[in-house]
Amino acid sequence: MASGKEIKGKIASVQSTKKITRAMEMVAASKMRRAQERMAASKPYASRMRQVVAHLANADLEYRHIYLQERDVKNVGYIVVTSDRGLCGGLNVNLLKSVVKGAREWEEKGAKVRYCLVGSKGITFFKSVGGDVQATVNGMGDTPHLSDLIGSIKVMLDAYEEGEIDHLYVVYNEFVNTMTQTPKTIRLLPLEPSQDEELQHHWDYIYEPAPKELLDSLLVRFIESQVYQGVVENNASEQAARMVAMKAASDNAGDIIRDLQLVYNKARQAAITQEISEIVGGAAAV
Amino acid sequence: MAMTVHCDIVSAEKQLFSGLVELVVASGVEGDLGVMPGHAPLLTRLKPGPVRIKTQDGNEEVFYVSGGFLEVQPKLVTVLADTADRAQDMDQAEAEQAKQRAKEALEGKNTEMDYTRAAATLAEATARLRTIEQIKKMAKR
Repeated sequence: MASGKEIKGKIASVQSTKKITRAMEMVAASKMRRAQERMAASKPYASRMRQVVAHLANADLEYRHIYLQERDVKNVGYIVVTSDRGLCGGLNVNLLKSVVKGAREWEEKGAKVRYCLVGSKGITFFKSVGGDVQATVNGMGDTPHLSDLIGSIKVMLDAYEEGEIDHLYVVYNEFVNTMTQTPKTIRLLPLEPSQDEELQHHWDYIYEPAPKELLDSLLVRFIESQVYQGVVENNASEQAARMVAMKAASDNAGDIIRDLQLVYNKARQAAITQEISEIVGGAAAV
Repeated sequence: MAMTVHCDIVSAEKQLFSGLVELVVASGVEGDLGVMPGHAPLLTRLKPGPVRIKTQDGNEEVFYVSGGFLEVQPKLVTVLADTADRAQDMDQAEAEQAKQRAKEALEGKNTEMDYTRAAATLAEATARLRTIEQIKKMAKR
């Protein structure tokens, strides 16, 4: 059995670990709240954008934008949103698993898969696994900005326009609630025209400049805003997952400390008992 | 009381304004325009510059947008503002960088600042100054 001093040292080390995990838990909790606020703040833009795009796509019938055209799938693009840092449970692993699964299905159908990676974890993963990585973004921190994403999204959109990608998906962790985050795959391109009943307008816009040009730039922004929403939502999921993981770690540390304390007490008592029996034995001998 | 129309100013990152207004003045790609209640449905792209609104109670507010869209519906005016600095060549530069980063992430090197980026930043700074001047003018009045 380990000596009293050794156990004492072990307890101290677990205690300091617990302090750290507890602090990380609290930091994640407050960051999660802010991330949720950002999630809510970006919703009005996305929903307004969706309405305008849907209306435009329905209104202007003589022009079919390339983003709305369905074509044979030979190549598939994935925008994979992961976190920059770990210690957030199975969040990234689950997401990457679902990406690999989706990619394998496409490959079985004979399609090639290209990736655009957001977040360091995804980059590290594809570095070791291998894959056709077109663009990466990382180090966006806790307040992601749309401007950080524009470049990478453009790489994928260009590839789509040049026919190097026939379908484009974005994968991120959906924030269901604090306890649950699930990987979610959304098709960005080609856009599915919505059959919204609200869109049965009897009026049309005055366009400045021509509808074609407007639609071009609107669709790009629409896709960017969808990816941005994915990134913000993934950020909220990351903080929630970290909070839960750190809470579990703190609880486990508490259990270990309790067990070690028991072992320490037993060792101490055993030592005292032994000492007494030695003294008694020694006295009897004299 | 003057006629009003509901106006939303939203960017991808947050909602900037939502409420009733008497007038919206923005700089469209084909010239500055003012929108009052009852304007015909319109959709236009915006240049970087100020968006001025006159709220229901007669106060004026100025927002800076670095581009975006103005949408006018019979009962609703929406400004979809860009948060980022956008220009065709600038987007291109960003795209190049993202590609470069992908290469670096798998190898490991450094990038450099390029000219198009600087030019776009300059254009944006000028537009920003215009907004500030307008706000100053308003403060004097």
